[in-house]
Amino acid sequence: MTSETGVEATAGARHRGATSLRMSTGRAGDKIFVSAARGSGIVVLAIMAAIAVFLVWKAIPALQDNKANFLTAEEWNPNATEPRFGIAQLAFGTIVSSLLAMLIATPIAIGIALFISFYSPRRLASALGYVVDLLAAVPSIVYGLWGLAFLSKHMDGISTFLNDVLGWIPLFGGDSPGKNSIFTASVVLAIMILPIISSITREVFLQVPRANVEAALALGATRWETIRLAVLPYGRSGMIGASMLGLGRAMGETIAVAMVLTYVPGINIHLLENGGATFASNIANSFDEATATGRGALIASGLVLFAITLVINMVARAVVARRKEFV
Amino acid sequence: MAKRIEVSGLHAYYGGVHAIEDISMTIEPRSVTAFIGPSGCGKSTFLRTLNRMHEVIPGARVEGKVMLDDEDLYASSVDPVAVRRVVGMVFQRPNPFPTMSIYDNVAAGLKLNGVRRKSQLDEIVEESLQGANLWNEVKDRLGKPGAGLSGGQQQRLCIARAIAVQPQVMLMDEPCSALDPISTLAIEDLIGKLKSQYTIVIVTHNMQQAARVSDRTAFFNIAGTGQPGKLIEIDDTSKIFTNPEQKATEDYITGRFG
Amino acid sequence: MSSLTTPSRAASLGSVSLGRKIKDRAVQGLVYLAFALALIPLVSVLWTVVGNGAKRLDADFLNHSMNGVSGRDTGGGAYHAIIGTLEQVAIASLIAVPIAVLTAIYLVEYGANGRLARVVSFFVDVMTGIPSIVAGLFVLALWLLTLDFGFSGLAGALSLTILMIPTVVRATEEMLKLVPNELREASYALGVPRWRTILFVVVPTALTGMITGIMLAVARVMGETAPLLLTIFFTKAINTDPLSGPQGSLPTFIWEQAKDPSQNSIDRAWTGALVLILIIMLLNLVARIIAGRRAPTGR
Repeated sequence: MTSETGVEATAGARHRGATSLRMSTGRAGDKIFVSAARGSGIVVLAIMAAIAVFLVWKAIPALQDNKANFLTAEEWNPNATEPRFGIAQLAFGTIVSSLLAMLIATPIAIGIALFISFYSPRRLASALGYVVDLLAAVPSIVYGLWGLAFLSKHMDGISTFLNDVLGWIPLFGGDSPGKNSIFTASVVLAIMILPIISSITREVFLQVPRANVEAALALGATRWETIRLAVLPYGRSGMIGASMLGLGRAMGETIAVAMVLTYVPGINIHLLENGGATFASNIANSFDEATATGRGALIASGLVLFAITLVINMVARAVVARRKEFV
Repeated sequence: MAKRIEVSGLHAYYGGVHAIEDISMTIEPRSVTAFIGPSGCGKSTFLRTLNRMHEVIPGARVEGKVMLDDEDLYASSVDPVAVRRVVGMVFQRPNPFPTMSIYDNVAAGLKLNGVRRKSQLDEIVEESLQGANLWNEVKDRLGKPGAGLSGGQQQRLCIARAIAVQPQVMLMDEPCSALDPISTLAIEDLIGKLKSQYTIVIVTHNMQQAARVSDRTAFFNIAGTGQPGKLIEIDDTSKIFTNPEQKATEDYITGRFG
Repeated sequence: MSSLTTPSRAASLGSVSLGRKIKDRAVQGLVYLAFALALIPLVSVLWTVVGNGAKRLDADFLNHSMNGVSGRDTGGGAYHAIIGTLEQVAIASLIAVPIAVLTAIYLVEYGANGRLARVVSFFVDVMTGIPSIVAGLFVLALWLLTLDFGFSGLAGALSLTILMIPTVVRATEEMLKLVPNELREASYALGVPRWRTILFVVVPTALTGMITGIMLAVARVMGETAPLLLTIFFTKAINTDPLSGPQGSLPTFIWEQAKDPSQNSIDRAWTGALVLILIIMLLNLVARIIAGRRAPTGR
């Protein structure tokens, strides 16, 4: 198919080229096409600029009306006649739930990547990778529904157990471990970010030079020792970057968290107790009733979320790219 | 003691491909045996069957016997990991662990085998580097990454890493093919020195090199593409290069093909 | 030379220390466990969705809306939501795919690592990381609050466009990079201008891979809920006009039904989830089949 069109095009070109070297060789077409391509690239830049500009612009009036400190206040009452709202609780919920999700997901994701890359039968590897990718294909609303109707019911026992055993750590303390807690949200988030962490880690493992692996094997290393000597050191920055990308993903995740968490005002460091909110869940939950100022306030909080995820993603990509130094 | 290798009736396969067919030979201890032959004749594959590295490639398998003195490397009770500990290997391209220092590269195999005492490690690292004729060049920068050395130095580092675990046999898969002439000379000198203690097997594309460093030479050949590689003959190096038994060997030596 | 480099101790075979063996086995066990752990949620999600969703997967569900149906009522369906989702995703694809494919062509074929190309590539990466709710907020701020349009399917589609562009750019880029340079050079050598080379040689070669990437991107945005909540709003009635008025969509349908405490609503939410997953899995499957046909060599 390719060669046919190629031949066609060639015939056309030869026909024109035969007359004179300065006959049209499609320069005009080239110009139009390159403009379209470059224009599309510029559209992408314009969209990014517009996102920053419009979010800031629409956030400012609400921020000016705010009677509380936007950064340190825990309350969220932008719809009141005297709007008072701050992001402290949202930032706490977002950061803690995402970090916890990352801590849960990273070791499992690395285990999955090791399993697929080094332990599973070669012929099954790509099929197994596909199975893990299916986790990423499940939409977040479905995870939310599952988290709400199924997982949270089964989290009761785990939460109570953690509370009993680790209750002396404040994060796991509290008197009434519940189902709709930040901890439950973290578990759902961990499941959702598993595929991205494991697929990037797998990619990094694929790039480990065969020579290093063979060097370790030839020294008489067992499979695990080979991985420790040749694979993990090489893949370290890639794995760190991958888990950070997972962190960024978890922070922006909205619906599943919004469905699992029960909103209780105020920061609660007891992660096993019901309550908590994240930037994204708060936007989804409060949008319906938001007034003009309320919408502005939500946009302002979204701007903060945008900025945080931006920084995390950029650092993560820089870390992933750093491994290239080694070869 | 360096050990004698006796191979009998060895076949190697990659999936459905028959890579080498029915090889039998004896490799003498404390000597250098060179494998020569055209590309694709199976000499590297054969070398890798001698420390069970062949089977790390998915779908690869081996039939036949490889005796190391009186132990069969392919006996069901033998762990390939233990084989590779006794039969060391140096590869075509120098492959020091990129994230480790020079010191840690040499110590890597020792640590696997449970040597933990710093003083003992220091001692063996120094002696291995001396054994590899590298000590004087790196003694002031043992903590620097091994990847920072020149290609020839890296290859000697890999040799030091291999001898640090005190193997009985040392396999070298075209160890000089990625190196410049001066580095090649340094490695050849080193091979001459190491043969007093090890059984050394070297695959080389370079017939002058085989003539310079080896005591015995084995010539491998294939009948055609897709055919398995075969051992044509093995004899003293001087005999192979002056008066080989087989016509094919003579043709190859005199450059009529390959 | 000292005794250490002289192999004096005759090492015997078959002697990997027990400790090392145990460690090796233990890690192997952990690695298998990690994979098994990942399967639990996958199986559990699919199991509960199919188990709970099959109940209401009937003709009523597929061809009725929720108009006049209250939370506690039985019956009612997601027709309005399915229509909405299909329209929104179709519009999003129509806008996003040309922009994304052309951007990828620019990056691979024309950019030559120039400054603009590097900046665009960097911002495509940034765009990949935009939380979906932020995409919704942006359309809210620009389309609804600044330009004063109302909630509509189109607004939802615009927010999905933003989420789709970076995925399609990256997928297309990857495929274009796989096209061997010899092919381009062969075409140039025959006097074919660059744009024709790209359109008739390079793109057709990469086409199946690009289609796979686009379908996966479509499947991804189809399940997005958060941006739609802010842009299409909510309706129980059928609205086939994506240009005006609130529209339904499957994800927001599930969200609404799940919030209602009545069991009939929750059943509808599960069936909505089942339908959504079926559509997404179908898209995924077709995408993989296309991708598999292109590269028959296993590994």
